[in-house]
Amino acid sequence: MDTIKKYRSSYFLIEIILIMLGLMFLVPFYFLLVNSVKEFGEILTNSAGWPAAYKWSNYTEAWTKTTFPQAFGNSLIITILSNALLVLMCSMAAYRMVRHATLFNRLLYGAFVAAMVIPFQSLMIPLVKVVSTLGVMDTRTGLVLCYLGFGAPITVFLLHGFVKTVPIDIEEAGRVDGSSTFGIFFRLVLPLMQPIIVTVIILNTLWIWNDYLMPSLILQSPEMRTIPIATYAFFGQFTKQWDLALPGLVLGIAPVVIFFLAMQKYIIEGIAQGSVKG
Amino acid sequence: MDMDRKKSSNWLYQLTFVGPSAIFFFLIVAVPFFLGLYYSFTSWNGISKHVTWVGLNNYIHIFTKDPDFLNSFWFTVKFTVLGVVLTNVLGFILAYLLTKPLATRNVMRTVFFMPHVIGGLLLGFIWQFIFVRGFQSIGGPFFSLPWLGTEATSFWAIVIVFIWQNSGYLMVIYISSLGAIPSSLIEAAKVDGASRKQVLRHIILPLVMPGVTVCLFLAISWSFKLFDLNLSLTKGGPFKSTESVALNIYNEAFNISRFGMGSAKAIIFFIIVAIISILQVRATKSREVEV
Repeated sequence: MDTIKKYRSSYFLIEIILIMLGLMFLVPFYFLLVNSVKEFGEILTNSAGWPAAYKWSNYTEAWTKTTFPQAFGNSLIITILSNALLVLMCSMAAYRMVRHATLFNRLLYGAFVAAMVIPFQSLMIPLVKVVSTLGVMDTRTGLVLCYLGFGAPITVFLLHGFVKTVPIDIEEAGRVDGSSTFGIFFRLVLPLMQPIIVTVIILNTLWIWNDYLMPSLILQSPEMRTIPIATYAFFGQFTKQWDLALPGLVLGIAPVVIFFLAMQKYIIEGIAQGSVKG
Repeated sequence: MDMDRKKSSNWLYQLTFVGPSAIFFFLIVAVPFFLGLYYSFTSWNGISKHVTWVGLNNYIHIFTKDPDFLNSFWFTVKFTVLGVVLTNVLGFILAYLLTKPLATRNVMRTVFFMPHVIGGLLLGFIWQFIFVRGFQSIGGPFFSLPWLGTEATSFWAIVIVFIWQNSGYLMVIYISSLGAIPSSLIEAAKVDGASRKQVLRHIILPLVMPGVTVCLFLAISWSFKLFDLNLSLTKGGPFKSTESVALNIYNEAFNISRFGMGSAKAIIFFIIVAIISILQVRATKSREVEV
């Protein structure tokens, strides 16, 4: 639709309504932030108002009690590693499946697409058994492995749709120049796949970073905890101790909110892109 | 000789390009899936070395002697219907308004989308505070309700948070499908004297159908598989009244250690999710219009 229309007076009304709605959307963040720096007593007597005094020590206490630096580190390693490996192995697989549509590859792709409807809850019980048989229970490696397997179908599906639109002429030119298949893929095809790779990374990052269920089944030791698991454990321990729980929650959501605000252009575009394919 | 080399290099490429994805998929998705199917016919407890075959007993038990599962199923269906309709309606309205040339357009998009980047588990905890303390402090008959204390209000509490979390995401998809409508079509209709309502009903809505397919699919999938938010906001309470199917399966397997029974529930859950996905994609695809 045309964006260069003149600003009509009815828009002003829409604008006001949207701003009110937007404020309603932000109210939970307001409650979270103002109460995170209050004394416990003040949270109970005055949860809506501005804090009478700022008690920043709530944050230092939550910082150590949630073992925030460690949980943040674990989440970061797991998210980055899973993303990098998923993109690498799935873009290679998608490329091969499109360019060499053998019976095996078509069947495998069919299995991937079919598996996209399987909810994780339908796999989780035997998955625990499989992971412990592989001997990687309670390790970050084991969790990354699970993300690779469970993330492969949708990732291959998205990349597969994109590779089909990459013109084959470019590759043929590369082949004449004497490049190997690896060379053609990494030097010619992979760079062309960049837009869909950005989308895939965004979707997988939001999923893996926020995931609670899978890590809660695979990781048990406190030093392995990711942010959602650490928050769950912390919240269970300090229920109703809002002066600790709230700053803990602020710390928990801060990384992903900052990431979003910094990258929102790519994130919003990437999601619109990915959904057209889905 | 040359043929042989080509053949073996072909194998090498197949192995390096497709091999890793195939192996991880096999280990993490295919094996557990069939293993789960097998467990669903046993009374395994997750630890014991002896796995006893019980045939269809688990399935019969679920449908005849497990009111909690049937209740969780009913809860999930009600939640899904409301959640899907409300997030899509709000998402579409927001998108429709935000494709107009407003001054605050970009800021508002950011605001409505932001809740989605925070995971359901943390959102549930944040809203626990809002419902327990925040709403009380606002006062008035609506906000002073015991939000997480009664069955009816807890249900709505989850619905509210779900809408807050997901409308913005659907909004982004609707914005992109609204943007794909050629403005010449809308202008032509206006020239022909179509009212704004008629344009919306007969031009915009049919052309947005691909977006609707995607959004319905996403919203059904999110709400039917509700878990994180459920766990952190109500934990299924009060009295298991807000226990989703996913949470029920989880409790069956990991709280009371009935892996066989849990697996049977997981298979039933899978079958239902698969049927809904297929039916829904088929139904909306048939209403899509080519431009």
